[in-house]
Amino acid sequence: MILADPMFADGAQLWEIVSLPDNIPIVILLVLVPFYTWYALRQAKQNDKLIDELQVLDAKEAKTKHRKVQSHQKGWDEQVHVWPYLLRIEFLVALIVTVILIVWSIVLDAPLEEPANPNLTMNPSKAPWYFLGLQEMLVYFDPWIAGVVMPSLIVFGLIIVPYCDVNPLGNGYYTWKQRKFSIGTFSFGFLGLWCVMIIIGVFIRGPGWMWFWPGEFWDHHRIDNETFRHLPELLGFTQKESPISTALVGLIVLGGFVAVTSALFHRFFTKAKPEAYAKMNIIQYATVQFFVITMISLPVKMVLWHMFKIKYVLQLPWFNI
Amino acid sequence: MSVTEGPTKTGGKGEKGPPGSLKELVEKSREVPDLLKKPKEKQLWKSVFRHKLDGSPRNRSLAVLTNVFLHLHPARINRDAVKYAFTWGMGGITFLLFVNLTLTGIFLMFYYHPSKGQAFMDILYLTHDVPFGNLLRNMHRWAAHAMVLTVWLHMFRVFLTGSYKKPREFNWVVGIILLVLTLLLSFTGYLLPDDQLGFWAVTVGTNMARATPLLGHEGPFGAELGFTAFNDVRFALLGGSIVDANALLRAYVWHCIAIPVIATVFMIVHFWRIRKDGGISGPAGVVLPREVKGWLPKDKR
Ligand code: HEM
Repeated sequence: MILADPMFADGAQLWEIVSLPDNIPIVILLVLVPFYTWYALRQAKQNDKLIDELQVLDAKEAKTKHRKVQSHQKGWDEQVHVWPYLLRIEFLVALIVTVILIVWSIVLDAPLEEPANPNLTMNPSKAPWYFLGLQEMLVYFDPWIAGVVMPSLIVFGLIIVPYCDVNPLGNGYYTWKQRKFSIGTFSFGFLGLWCVMIIIGVFIRGPGWMWFWPGEFWDHHRIDNETFRHLPELLGFTQKESPISTALVGLIVLGGFVAVTSALFHRFFTKAKPEAYAKMNIIQYATVQFFVITMISLPVKMVLWHMFKIKYVLQLPWFNI
Repeated sequence: MSVTEGPTKTGGKGEKGPPGSLKELVEKSREVPDLLKKPKEKQLWKSVFRHKLDGSPRNRSLAVLTNVFLHLHPARINRDAVKYAFTWGMGGITFLLFVNLTLTGIFLMFYYHPSKGQAFMDILYLTHDVPFGNLLRNMHRWAAHAMVLTVWLHMFRVFLTGSYKKPREFNWVVGIILLVLTLLLSFTGYLLPDDQLGFWAVTVGTNMARATPLLGHEGPFGAELGFTAFNDVRFALLGGSIVDANALLRAYVWHCIAIPVIATVFMIVHFWRIRKDGGISGPAGVVLPREVKGWLPKDKR
C-alpha cells in the first residue's frame, strides 16, 4: 500500500500547503472550476436535447416552437424591467460577495514574510498560484519560451479566437454538440493544461522545484540525480563534437513533428469540420493550425521530459528548444 | 402644496401684521409643521428624484434611465438573462471586486510609503496598530486573489456561451486586455510589502524578462544586439539591474496609478460595448445548422 510507505506518510506537508492562506484561492478554484464546468455542461445537454427534438421536425414546424429550455408561456413578455428584476439580484450578489470577503478577511490573515533579503533565497521560491502555470512551464522550456514567448502566444491566441471561429452556431446559449471542436480545444487549454499545471505547481513542486507527491515529505537535502539528455545525443550527436549535425538532427525532428502534426490536424479537421473548413480563409486556417500545434507541443515536451528524460530537442548555438 | 403656499387656517388669529413686523414673522413660523409634511412633494425631494417611485412600467424604466450609475443598464432586458445560470454573475462580481480593491487600496495608500525599509514597517504598522488596518489589508489581498479567479471564470462562461461571436468579437478582445491588466495588477502588488515572498516572486518573474528574445541580454540574439544587464528590457522594468528601491517605486506607481487608470478606461469601453452590441448575448433561442445560410452544403440541408 502506498500510504504505508514512509515517504508518503507525511500528511502534514499536504495540510501545510492546503492551509497556507495564500493557497486558499486555489482550493476554492479546485471547487469552483469543476462546479461551473458541470453547471455549463448540464445546460449544454439540455439545449442539445432541444436541438435534437427540433431537428426532426420540418423547417416550418420547427420555426413555431419555443427555442429555449427556460420555460415560456403564451402572453409572457420577451423582456422584463431591469428594476427590480435584475437590480435586486445584483444587490443580493453584491451583499453576499461582500459578506464572504469580510468573513474571509477576518478569519485569515494575509501572509507577511521576513523583510526582503537578496542574500537569503526562499526555497521553494514560488510565484503566486495564478502564475504557477508559467513557472511550471519553466521546467520544460528555456525562460525565453516559457516566460516570454508562451505567455505572449497565450494572450495572442485568446485574442484571435473570435476571428478564427467561423462557426455561426452556439451564439448565446450553452451547447456541446454544435461546437465540439472549439469547446474541446479551449477546455483542453484552460482545464487540461493551465489549471492542471497550476495544481502541479501548488501541490507537487517542493524545494528545488522537485517533484514531491502530495503527502511526501519535503526533503530539503534531496538531490535529483537523474541525468537529462538531449534528443540528438540519444541518436549519437553531441553539440560539443558535431554542432552542425546536432543542429540538423534537431531541425529535422522538430520539422518532422510540425509536418506530421500539421498533416494529422489537416486530415482530422477537414473530415470532422468540413463546413468550417470550407468557410475559413487560409489565414484563419493556418492560425488555428499553428495554435493547436503549439498547444500540443507543451504536453509532448512534458512527456519527453518525464518519461524519456529529454531536455532539448533542438540545439542551436543561439538557443535551445 | 408647494412651499410658497402659506397656511390658510393657522391659529385662527387671522391677520398678518404689517410687512416686516414681528407679528408677521411669528405668523410665518407657524408654517413649519406643514412644511415638514409630505416630503416627497417638496422641491428638495423632487430636485433629487425626478419621477415617482411606484411600480408603473414608466417609472420602473425611469428609475434606471435617470440614474447615472444604473443607466449602464438598459431599461428592460431578456427575461431569461436575469437567471443566474446564464452569466453566473461573474463579470459583475469581477467589477464589484475591482471597486472594492480601489476603495481598500485608497485607504492603504494613506499608510504606505514606497521606499525600501519604510514599506515593510508600514505593513507592520498596518497589521498591528492601525484601527482595522489588518482587516483592510486582508480584504485588499483576498479580493485581489478572488478577482483573478472570477475573471477566469467569466472568460470561461463567455467562451462556453459563444458570446464572443458576431457582433461581440471586439468586446472579447477588450476582455482579454482586462484579463492581462488584472494579472499585472496582482503581480505589481505582490512586491509592495517588500517581504521575502514578494521579493523572490518578483525576482523570479522579472528574471524571465532577461531572456526576452532580442530585447533581453540573455535571450536569443539579445547579446548580439548589444543588450547587457544594464540596458535591456528587464532594466527598464525594474529601474535597475536588481529588484531594489527603484523597482519598488515603479511597482508602486504602476500598481496604484497607471494600471488602475488603464483598466478603468478599458472597463468603460467594455461596458459601453456590451450595450452597443445589443446587450447580453443570451440566453438566446437555439439555432439549427440548416437555418444558417451558407453553412451546410446543399446535400446536407
Ligand atoms: C476586469 C475584468 C472584467 C470585467 C469587470 C468584466 C465585466 C463584464 C460584465 C459586468 C459583463 C456583463 C455580463 C456578465 O456579467 O457576464 C461582461 C460581459 C462580457 N465580457 Fe467581460 N469583464 C471582464 C473581463 C473579460 C474577459 C477576460 C473577457 C474575455 C476574454 C470578457 C468578455 C466579455 C464579453 C464578450 C461579454 C459579453 C457577454 C455576453 O454578451 O454574453 N470580459 N463583462
